[in-house]
Amino acid sequence: MLQDKDRIFQNLYGLHDWRIKAAQSRGAWVGTKDLILKGRDWIIDEMKKSGLRGRGGAGFPTGMKWSFMPKTEGPKPHYLVVNADESEPGTCKDRDILRHDPHLLLEGCLLAGFAMGAHTAYIYIRGEFYNEASNVAQAIQEAYANNMIGKNACGSGWDFDIRLHRGAGAYICGEETALLESLEGNKGQPRMKPPFPAGVGLYGCPTTINNVETIASAPDILKRGGAWFSSMGRPNNVGTKLFCISGHVNKPCNVEEEMGIPLKELIEKHAGGVRGGWDNLLAIIPGGSSVPLIPKSICDTVLMDFDALREVKSGLGTAGVIVMDKSTDLIKAIARLSKFYKHESCGQCTPCREGTGWMWRVMERMVKGNARLEEIDELLEVTTQVEGHTICALGDAAAWPIQGLMRHFRYVVEDRIKNAGSKAA
Amino acid sequence: MNIHKSEEFSFSPENMKRAQEIMTHYPEGRQQSALLPLLDMAQRQNGGWLSRYALDYLAQFLGIAAIRVYEVASFYSMFNLKPVGQHLLQVCTTTPCWLRGSDAIMDTCKSKLGIGLGETTADKQFTLVEVECLGACVNAPLVQINDDYYEDLNADQMAKIIDDLKAGKKIEIGSQLGRKGSAPEGGPQVLCEIVK
Repeated sequence: MLQDKDRIFQNLYGLHDWRIKAAQSRGAWVGTKDLILKGRDWIIDEMKKSGLRGRGGAGFPTGMKWSFMPKTEGPKPHYLVVNADESEPGTCKDRDILRHDPHLLLEGCLLAGFAMGAHTAYIYIRGEFYNEASNVAQAIQEAYANNMIGKNACGSGWDFDIRLHRGAGAYICGEETALLESLEGNKGQPRMKPPFPAGVGLYGCPTTINNVETIASAPDILKRGGAWFSSMGRPNNVGTKLFCISGHVNKPCNVEEEMGIPLKELIEKHAGGVRGGWDNLLAIIPGGSSVPLIPKSICDTVLMDFDALREVKSGLGTAGVIVMDKSTDLIKAIARLSKFYKHESCGQCTPCREGTGWMWRVMERMVKGNARLEEIDELLEVTTQVEGHTICALGDAAAWPIQGLMRHFRYVVEDRIKNAGSKAA
Repeated sequence: MNIHKSEEFSFSPENMKRAQEIMTHYPEGRQQSALLPLLDMAQRQNGGWLSRYALDYLAQFLGIAAIRVYEVASFYSMFNLKPVGQHLLQVCTTTPCWLRGSDAIMDTCKSKLGIGLGETTADKQFTLVEVECLGACVNAPLVQINDDYYEDLNADQMAKIIDDLKAGKKIEIGSQLGRKGSAPEGGPQVLCEIVK
C-alpha cells in the first residue's frame, strides 16, 4: 500500500483547513519561485521524466503536451485552461481537490502556465459544483492577496492571472474543445481537430487544456523530482492516482494509491470489499462510465493502470471504479448509461445525435426482453456506426459500454429475450 | 424553446457592479465569454428562472444577437426557462446512484410531494427534476437542492429532508451519514495525520 508520505493530496478528505496558511504548512506555495527560476525547459523536462500521463481520462503524456505550445510568445497570448468539468459517471476525484486542496491546483496553474508561456489561466468548473467553486474563488483571492499570483507571481518576475469560470450543466463541456466553446460563451459543441488547441485554442490563441488532478500533481512532482514520481507504478504507467470506488462496496470512498495496484486489492483494502464478499462480484466498470465493463474473472487479477486495462479491452479512463454485485440487473445498469449519453449528446454529429437515442431505446427494450435475438447483432452494428464517426469521443463513449456488455454478458441478454418470449407465448 | 412571459428585467445595482467586474475577466472584444456567469446571476436575481425579458436584456447588455442567448440558455441544463419552486430538487439517477438506491429516493420525492418529474407543487415550494451524474458517486445516492448536495441518502432521510425544508429548518449539507467528504464510512484508513 502506498505510504502517506508519498501521497500528493494530503487533504483529500478535508480533515484539515484548505485555506492558504494551512495549505502552506502542508507544502503548497513553498519553493515555487525557485522552480520557476529553473526555467521553462527544466520544468517541461522534469515533467517528461516524471512520466505523468494526463489524469482526465485519455492518459496523454503531460510533459509532451506542454511542449507542444509555441516556444516563444507571438502576437497572440497563450492560455492554460484547467478542465474542472468533472462529470463522468463514477468519477468524483477532482471535486476533492477543488474543495479541499485548491491551493495545490493554483500553484500547479502558475508552474504549468509559466512553462507554456501563458500569463492567464481559466479554471472551468462544472456549474453544479457551487460550493467547490466557492472554495476555489476564495483560494484565488488569497493567492492574489499573498502575491502568489498576479503581478510578479511569487516574486518570480512572471505575471500570472487565474480566473474561475463556472459551467452550467453539460457533460460534453468536459471535452476540451467543447469546453473552449463554452468558455467563449457558446453552446458546448466540440470543434474539429486539427487545428489542435496548442495552435488554435481559446479565442484562436495557443492553449493547453489539462485536468485538475494533472495540474495539481505538478508542484509536488517538480519539488520531489520526476524520478520520485516515476519510481512508483509500472513502466509507462507510473506515479500515484486518485481512485473513486462507488457502487456495491461496503465503504465507497476516494483514495490516492499507486498506479498499477491490483483492482481486488484496491477494493478490499480501501473500500471495505464487495458487498457480500468478493465472490458476490458480478462486474466492474473500472474507469468511469465510458469504458467497457469487465467480468469478475478479469477483476480477480487485473492491475489498475492504462496498459493493463487496455489489454483486457477496457480502460483506466478517469479511474472511477463502479462495482456491481450479483444482484445487479446489468442490462439496466448499461441502459441507464445509454440514457445518459443520449441526454448529453450535443446534437452536432448525426451518428451520435440519432445513434445515442436509437441505442438507448433498443437497450430499454432489452431490459424487458422485448426484442428479437437478431437485434443484439443489429445493436452492435449500430455501435460501430457511431464509434469513430463523430467529431468527439462521446459517440465512442456511448458505444463502448454496450459493446462491453455484449462481449461478456451476451448470454444474459439472450436469456432475458428468450424468457420474455416464452412468457408471452 | 418554451419561453414564458413575465415582468421586465434588469440587473440590480449590486449585480450590475458584479456583472461589470466579471466582464473584466475576459479579453477586450470577448465579452460573450461572460454569458454563462451572467445568465446564472440573472437567474438567481429572477427567482430561479430566466424569463424572455431576462434573455433579451442580456443580449442587449452584451451587445450580441438574442438568438445567441436563447441557444445558450436552452443548451445547458442548469438554466430554467420556466418558473421553479423555492426548492429545486435535483435527483441524480445515473448508474452509480441507481446502484445505491436512487429509485427509492426518487419515489420518496414523488410520493411525499405528490408531483411528477418536471412538476412544481401547488404552493410553489418544490420542483422535482431528474439530473444526470452530479459527480459525487462515492457518496451516492444524492440529491442537489438548489446549490447544495445532500449525500449518502436513504428513503427515510430523503423524507425527513423534505419535511425539514417544509418546516423551514436548517439541514446539514453533505453526507447524511456524517462521513468526512469522500473518506470511507467509519473514518479514513489513510492520511490520518499530516506527514509533511
